[in-house]
Amino acid sequence: MTATAYHAPETIEQAVALLAGNPSARPLSGGTDLIVQMRSGRIAPAAVIDLKRIAGLSGVRRVGDGFAIGAATPCTALKDHAELAAAWPGVVEAANLIGSVQVRNRATMAGNLCNASPAADSVPALVAANATCLIAGPDGQREVPVAAIPQAPGRTSLAPGEFLVEIRLPARGVGDGDAYLRSIPRTEMDIAVVGAGANLTVDAEGRCTAARIALGAVAPTVVLVADAGAALVGSRFDDAAFAALAEAVKAACHPIDDKRGTIAYRKAMAAVLARRVVLTALKRAGAAA
Amino acid sequence: MNAPQKQDGFQVVGTRPVRPDGVDKVTGKALYGTDFKAPGMLQGAVLRSPHPHARIRAIDTRKAEALPGVKAVVTGRDFPSLQSLIMAVGESASDIVHVARNCLALDKVLYEGHAVAAVAATSPEIAREAAALIEVDYEVLPHVLGLEEALADDAPLLHDDVFTKGVSPRPDKPSNASMRVEMGKGDVDAALAGAAVVVSGRYTMEPVHQGYIEPHACVASWNADGQAQIWCSSQGHFAIRSLTASTLGIPQADIRVTPLEIGGGFGGKTTVYLEPVAMLLSRKAGRPVRLAMSREDVFRASGPAPGAVIDVRIGADADGMLVAAEVDFKYHSGAYPAITAHSGVSSAVGHYRIANTRLIGWEVLCNRPATKAYRAPGAPQVNFAVESAIDEIAGKLGMDPLELRLKNAVAPGDPQTSGVPFGMIGWIECLEAARAHPHWSAPLGPNQGRGVAGGYWGNYGGPSTASVSLGEDGSVLVTTGSPDIGGSRAAMAIMAAEVLEVPYEKVRCTIADTASIGFSMVTGGSRVTFATGKAVVDAANMVKDTLRERAARMWGVAAADVEWRDGAAHCTGGDKAGESMAIGTIAARAIFAGGPVSAEAAINAAGWLPGFGVHICDTEVDAETGQVRVVRYTAIQDVGRAIHPDYVEGQMQGGAVQGIGWALNETYIYNAQGKLDNPGFLDYRMPVASDVPMIDTVMVEVPNPDHPFGVKGVGEVPIVPPLAAVANAVARATGVRMHDLPLSPDRVYAALHPEG
Repeated sequence: MTATAYHAPETIEQAVALLAGNPSARPLSGGTDLIVQMRSGRIAPAAVIDLKRIAGLSGVRRVGDGFAIGAATPCTALKDHAELAAAWPGVVEAANLIGSVQVRNRATMAGNLCNASPAADSVPALVAANATCLIAGPDGQREVPVAAIPQAPGRTSLAPGEFLVEIRLPARGVGDGDAYLRSIPRTEMDIAVVGAGANLTVDAEGRCTAARIALGAVAPTVVLVADAGAALVGSRFDDAAFAALAEAVKAACHPIDDKRGTIAYRKAMAAVLARRVVLTALKRAGAAA
Repeated sequence: MNAPQKQDGFQVVGTRPVRPDGVDKVTGKALYGTDFKAPGMLQGAVLRSPHPHARIRAIDTRKAEALPGVKAVVTGRDFPSLQSLIMAVGESASDIVHVARNCLALDKVLYEGHAVAAVAATSPEIAREAAALIEVDYEVLPHVLGLEEALADDAPLLHDDVFTKGVSPRPDKPSNASMRVEMGKGDVDAALAGAAVVVSGRYTMEPVHQGYIEPHACVASWNADGQAQIWCSSQGHFAIRSLTASTLGIPQADIRVTPLEIGGGFGGKTTVYLEPVAMLLSRKAGRPVRLAMSREDVFRASGPAPGAVIDVRIGADADGMLVAAEVDFKYHSGAYPAITAHSGVSSAVGHYRIANTRLIGWEVLCNRPATKAYRAPGAPQVNFAVESAIDEIAGKLGMDPLELRLKNAVAPGDPQTSGVPFGMIGWIECLEAARAHPHWSAPLGPNQGRGVAGGYWGNYGGPSTASVSLGEDGSVLVTTGSPDIGGSRAAMAIMAAEVLEVPYEKVRCTIADTASIGFSMVTGGSRVTFATGKAVVDAANMVKDTLRERAARMWGVAAADVEWRDGAAHCTGGDKAGESMAIGTIAARAIFAGGPVSAEAAINAAGWLPGFGVHICDTEVDAETGQVRVVRYTAIQDVGRAIHPDYVEGQMQGGAVQGIGWALNETYIYNAQGKLDNPGFLDYRMPVASDVPMIDTVMVEVPNPDHPFGVKGVGEVPIVPPLAAVANAVARATGVRMHDLPLSPDRVYAALHPEG
């Protein structure tokens, strides 16, 4: 039997040193994935490094006109931040579809991202939002796009000793709107069969000037579908634009057949969800315009 | 909801007081399976087979035994050699040889998760580590999961000593078909040939689990002198005692089983998985041993309800009178023979008057965990097929589906499938209540459809013991041997209070261990409020008679001159006429005037009656995604008489929700290697609260004349109609009839988009 050490550092530097000192050490925030994996025997880290006592890692801050979300901030707290919820309703609703209320009182978006599940609910919304993350490590800090973190199911681009400090969301302007939708067999407490995030900018004439569409659970990592965004840009969200969106989305799907859904069903749902999520984001963009 | 409401003629029966076990349960004080601890207790772990079918060549336990902290290791060889013996417990009967082999495999493992060896150690971590050190040499055998595949000539054979029962002459070759049951009457083929409309179809489903929230757990302590104690949560500690004693070859009196609170059972906790193994470990280690399943263990190794393939043909004349029904179904029995097909055959079409029937059920062995009872075992599967077909007939004839059912419904005096006439059943009353319910005529929204289905369950009575005794202050103690799963303590207290005419709060209810009260059959078959309730009423009546006699003696009058009313003796003759003596006064004096007041009733309760239910379900189907939402649901049921209406309604709601889950998303998923792919609640999708609307209930009361208060069993009926009620609603919402459960979004989508 091997015991697992528990550390609760109070600075980023201490956390980096602890993580760098032991290749199997894992950072802990909410623990809603980590503890479950440890209990199931899937992983047996020599140490867990609790990040919650590090100043600035819990809570939402305004950074200029944008936002910084500490890596240890529970999903529930995102809803309580009125400005964040008004600016990025899609990101906040995505984070608040994970698990159950009890799980979300502990779970974090940073953990959702670093768990690197292709079905992670918050990730398509963050990728659509063009969010970035601040990474701390032995060589100092770096900022990378959220989309650059997951590499494959369960694998991230973080180097040994690195961990995610905060997630950054850009400023919002007139005509911006985002949304996230997922398909699950139940109404909650489930894992996405397909997830879709949309982030739009609409001008005063109702024309799409920018669109980012991201899909979850249709490939080994979350997919930003550039062609889907391109299908909308310049349009007034007419039938032809939606038809092109559906084709682009289907072409970008490379799902697997598993107990949670078939390839055919996932492709079909990706197209349906992409249209529906764009309509919701459009409504929000219109309200903001 | 908890405000007491008096019913006509009753003081306490029909009111809704707080349950006596409620505070302990909501404050976390109640002791469930893994809450119990014994001094010096060891922790156990079970090694389970990774193969669905394999011969065990050898088991090497030396490394496990050598691990520090390990106190005992056992395998199937530690069971005594056993002779075949069929034991009936509750709704199922099993050969004790199979029960023992299911606890620990001997020569072969028959499903993935089959227990092979067990360890007791000083910590759960050491026990698990030791279990992993046990080396099992397997000869992997081909496996079979499907019903039709298991019946094929070249199918892998699970048992070489199982010959199909119910077939004559007795087959000379062993078979995976462990049993065939046939019932029926008339000339089905001729009647179908002459029918104005005939519908037919094949309906299928995979096994589903009861989904009780508490995994199986026990502590066993077996002393060197042969005496043993077991503490466990189960649906019947007397059944735990008899199965453990039989599989270990020891006298029942040497085992005292103390019941702990039970976190759900639904039929699945009427057998032993862990107790005999914990006993063997305890004997070897000389210390008490706890064994507890994980959720994954529960899914892989405890008994689900059988999946099914059901072929149905039903014919009606132009007026909607059913003329013939043919039902031929196959149920999984899993690794060992089961008897669920019996109730499937007898309940298939028994709720209709049909002159010509041919009803055939098969039990099929396959490399899955042995199936176990699940709420009306065997009835929901076949009911799904029959009630779907009835709905199709209504559609073809353009008849209202409730009218069609009313036209054909059995009434008291009509023969059951067995030929025995029905007693005072309330099926027609339920159908009429459904027709009169506002739900039935409410308008539907876009993409919505309304389904209805009806069904029944035979219920049961059987042996129960109960005692009623008085404290010196006249407070009342009711003691039974029936574990309380659905609020039965409250029901027992209500019935005793009604008889003795004392307040409900004056009565307390205890569930005693096997050494402290006489035998009671399991809490199953919807029997406890009926049968144990009858025993409680009998014992309370004896206590009442004793109280009248004691009061008469104290007054010096004849017992005939004493009346019992409002919890007191009233003198009606002699020079003390007009005097009264309260129960507390009599109890205090009685101890020294005739002895303590106590009575025990040990009965085999007869006169139980079947219960009938009708469920109305509205679904809304999202054609683009295949998502089915249940938007309104009403369960109507003949309950005889509701002793505690909250808990009757709770049974109806719970059964409906489990049935909705069965219909929409629950299913076992095995991969090609014969391993269960969804052994957890994430991918075994029971409904969550937001998946179901408020389940409206209508209790129809057609009292049972053979129970003092009119009780009929209520717990199992409500899971019979929901499968078809949901499927019929989906068929009407979409225009597409689906035959295969569950109606999960991907399947509904595929049915609505056949082009792909």
